[in-house]
Order: sequence, then structure tokens, then C-alpha cells
Amino acid sequence: MAGLTLQLLGLQLFTGVALGALYVLLAVGLSLIFGMLTVVNFAHGAFYMLGAYVGMWLLMHGVNFWLALALAPLAVGLLGLAVERTLIRPLYGRGIDYPLLLTFGLSYIIVEGVRVVFGNTGYPVDTPEILQGAVNIGVGYFPLYRLFVIAATAVILLALWLFLERTSFGLIVRAGARDPQIVRILGVDVARVWLIVFGLGTALAALAGVLAAPLQGVIPEMGGPILAEAFVVTVVGGMGSLVGAVLAGLLVGVVVSMTSLFAPEMSRVAIFALMAVVLLIKPQGFFGRAGLMS
Amino acid sequence: MTVDNVVALRPSEPARGWLSLARRRRAWLASLLLILFPLIVPFKALAAQILVYGLYALGLNLLFGYLGLLSFGHAALFGVGAYFCGIAVATFGLPWWAGIGLGIFGGTLAAALIGALAIRTRGIYFAMVTLALAQCVYYLFYEEAGWTGGESGLTGVDVKTIDLFGVSFNFVDPLVHYYVICAFVVAALFALSRILASPFGAVIEGVRENEARARASGIDVSRVRLVTFIVSGAFCGLAGALLSLNLSIVSIETLNYETSGLAVMMCLLGGMGTFFGPFVGAALFLLLENIVSLYTVHWQLIVGAAFVACVLFFPRGVWGTLMQGLEK
Repeated sequence: MAGLTLQLLGLQLFTGVALGALYVLLAVGLSLIFGMLTVVNFAHGAFYMLGAYVGMWLLMHGVNFWLALALAPLAVGLLGLAVERTLIRPLYGRGIDYPLLLTFGLSYIIVEGVRVVFGNTGYPVDTPEILQGAVNIGVGYFPLYRLFVIAATAVILLALWLFLERTSFGLIVRAGARDPQIVRILGVDVARVWLIVFGLGTALAALAGVLAAPLQGVIPEMGGPILAEAFVVTVVGGMGSLVGAVLAGLLVGVVVSMTSLFAPEMSRVAIFALMAVVLLIKPQGFFGRAGLMS
Repeated sequence: MTVDNVVALRPSEPARGWLSLARRRRAWLASLLLILFPLIVPFKALAAQILVYGLYALGLNLLFGYLGLLSFGHAALFGVGAYFCGIAVATFGLPWWAGIGLGIFGGTLAAALIGALAIRTRGIYFAMVTLALAQCVYYLFYEEAGWTGGESGLTGVDVKTIDLFGVSFNFVDPLVHYYVICAFVVAALFALSRILASPFGAVIEGVRENEARARASGIDVSRVRLVTFIVSGAFCGLAGALLSLNLSIVSIETLNYETSGLAVMMCLLGGMGTFFGPFVGAALFLLLENIVSLYTVHWQLIVGAAFVACVLFFPRGVWGTLMQGLEK
């Protein structure tokens, strides 16, 4: 194969990690929500898209990129809180399929709502000036913005880890994921914890959306395909496992970028093949807890 | 014990005179309604679409309503059926009946492949895995543009006349069109009624009601799920084949994730786990879409809101709520 050098492989690997970082943010949010609330959030792709649009809107109105990066997830997270409080909460205890169906219907509303406000066509989003250009990372020049996406995801994951492992609220979250009934008996307002976790998960999805906007622009349909891919990540990593979500997200990102190097026409099919293999070998995923899903 | 007795003896169904009679003759009544349907609805093309999508939702209903397994990948079964039939007729010039046969085969094959993988997961995973695998089928058909026409879809699935026993029917006539499709839908209704009334039908509902008990009774739950998924695929494949004959084209959107969601919506709107619910749901959905889109292009907003309201307040759906009211 002419032109295929170690350098090219290295750059493609980094591209994969950058793509994987977005998957990680989405999958962590999905897993967090599922682990606590046992709700599969089918509106996760729509929240991701909404985050990207809110980010774009803020940038259009002269808000600087850093502020947009904080405000868009905050706004979408608040919407997530409202959704959990008003729509999802009445469905607890009515079977695992109902919240799933509800969020599916909600995704229709969000996508169409964005079309009402912003129209059917997509928009390109400029990379912030300070993050334009490329830097030498040893194996060659790599776009600075993608490097920033990787770094930002790492920072978020670290913060999330500290929040879950080092704060007392994080302790409640972890305990609640294991046995909400005991936590409730101990006098913790579990409903409030669930509310916050759902808001946090949607905010993470929105953050992924804002980060993705300069890479691929925004379009109302951008949430659909990535929802399927985020599902692949959670299935491969094991639903409800944050470590699994991180590792599987990076793996899926690298698989996509590597197949687009060797067999571009197969790049979108490859990750589903990966999922099929994982399902055959280890149906509960790398880090899935057996029995959680039954 | 005859098949009809098994139905009448189910504890969940009170043996109330005319209602139980109606229940025993459900396939006849449903067929009668569908035969009379074009006399009420002024748009024959819409009526034919309702039949096709009703059959598609019926396929999902067997899995989702009766077995309690939520699939978000039924577009793959529907779409593969449509493409198999379309390719048979448009590319190979095979007669229409061969197209329908191949459509059923396509739906069944897709269901066997997707089902074999997805059945390995349990509970809530199932919806995610079926969605992902259907997305994979979408990309595969999208890339194989030589066969499927790729992004622009498959055109030229033209059937002008249908020759049967020496009589030639003009398939272009909307009413003939409707009744040809209706004939297949009626056959499917009788097949479904038969399956539900069989011992296997009782096993399906048993698994839904109490999986642990079914397992303890010596039922191989995974096998029941796989077989039901494949049977569901046969119904959806037939619906897909009828769709391609109905529209003369197969668009790539047929395989889209929104098409999967469509069946779920129709099932829930009509009433999951009810015999006629899917057709009521399909009729409601398509009528709503047609009426709302007269006033606004953003009909999905209304449809989405209607669906959310249905999940929150009418989880039994329109037909299901009606049936429940009659039983009281």
C-alpha cells in the first residue's frame, strides 16, 4: 500500500480518539442516566443536537466560545431537569419501556422544534480563532481543535470522576445506582438525585454537541445516527458502566477512523460489526453487570 | 378442545355473549372492516397506505404487544422486504407474486439474522441493539447503490396488471389496487389470528406475563423470542413487498430509524397487544399526518406531542382503551 506510513496511522489514530471523545461524552451521559434511573434516553441524540444549536446561536450573537461551551450545556441541562420532573417522573414504576417510548416521542418534538426555529438546512460553525491551525504532535501536524476536543473530554471525565468519587453527593449517586431502595430508607431524597443525574446526563450530551459543531456543522438530523452509534458504545462497554463507556467510546472512534483509512465505504458499517462480535462473545458488554438488565 | 375454545377460556377474557363471539370471529370482523374501509375514506391511495402500514405495525405488534419485546429495528425487516420485492420486479422482471414471495423471504431472513444477535441480550438492551443493527442494514443498502439505487432509491417497480385465474385486473385503478393489497392483509390477519389461538400463541403471552414462570414450566424463552421475531419479520416483509408494489418505488428512508419508530408509534397509538389496534394506529397516524400537514409543514411536532400524551395518559392506545371500556 503506497503512502501508508506509520505517520499516517498515528494521525488517523488521533483522529479516532478525537471522534471517540464525543462518543465517550454521549455514552457516559446515557450510562449515567441508565445506571441510576433505568431509563434508556432515546432523546439523547436530540439533546446533543440541541446543544450544538444553542452553542451555534450563542456564537452567532457574539458570545465567546468558552462561555458558549459552558452556557449551552447549562441551558440544555435545565431543559433536561424540566423533562425529568414533568414527563419522566410520572412513568417510574410503569415498566421500563414507557420512559423509553416517551423520550422517543420527545426527540421528535425537539428535532421539529429546532426546525421551526432554525429551518431545515444546516449551518457551518467556525472553529474559534484561538483553536485554529495545527500543531506538531510528534507523528505530524494535527488539527489543534481536535486536540482540544480530546483535552476537554479528559478534563470533563476527571471532574466527573472527582464528583462521583470524592463528594458526598457522588457517594449518594453511586449508592443509588446500586440499590435505590436502601438509599431511600437511609433518608435520602432519591427523586432529587435522579432529577440531577438526568440533568447532568443531558448537559453532557449538549456539551458533546457544542464540541462537535465546529467539526461537522449543525443540522436538525445530526442526533439520529449518533444515537445509534452511542448505543453501540454502551452495548460494547456494558450499560451502566462508566469505565466501559469511556473505553468502548475510544475503541469505537478508533475503529471508525481506521476503517475509513483502509475501506472508506465500510467505515459506517464497521462499528456495527464490532457490536455483533461483542454480542456473540460477551452479550453483556466489556464491563456490564450481568443481571442488571433483566 | 378446538382452537376457538382455547381463546374463550383465557382467564383475561370474560365470556360475555356478543363480545366473546366478536373475539372469536376477530379475523372475520377485522377483514370486514378493512373491506368496507375504502367506502368511508375518500382517498383510496391513503387507504392503501393505511393497509400497508397497518400490516407493518401488526408485525411489530406480535413482538411488542403480545410478547412484550420492544424492537426499534423493524424498519430493517420492512425495508428488506420492500427492496427484495422491488429488485425482483424492477431489476429481474419477475412477476408480482414472485416479488411478494421474495419480500416475505427477505423480511424473514433479515429477522433471522438480526434476531439471532439481538436475542442474546436481555431486557432494555434489545431496543438498542435492534436499532443499531437496523442502522447497519440502512448503511449496507445505502452503499450497495448498484442494487438498491442508493440515496435516490429504487425506481421502476411497476406492475400494471395482475393476472389471476385467467382474469386480468387493472392494478393502476386505485380501488383494484386497494383490494389486491387488502387480500394479502386479510390473509395475514387470519394467519395471525391462527397463530395467537394456537398453543404457541398462549406461550407467547405466557412469556410476556411472567418470564420466570414460563421458564420454570420448561419453555425455552430465547427460542420463543427468536421464532416470534422471525414470524414478525415475515409479516413485515410482506408489508414491505406490498409497499413497493403500492408506491412503485422503494426509497432509502424505508430503512431509516424513523420508520422503525413509526411502527412503534402506530402500535402504541392504536393499542399494543390488541388484534385490530395496529390498523387503528396506522389510520390515526396517517390521517393526522395528512390533515396536520395541510396547515403546517411541522406536522412532526404535533405527532410527537400526540405520542408523548399517549404514553403519559393512554398507554393502552385508542383501540385498547375502547376494548377495555367494552369489557367493563
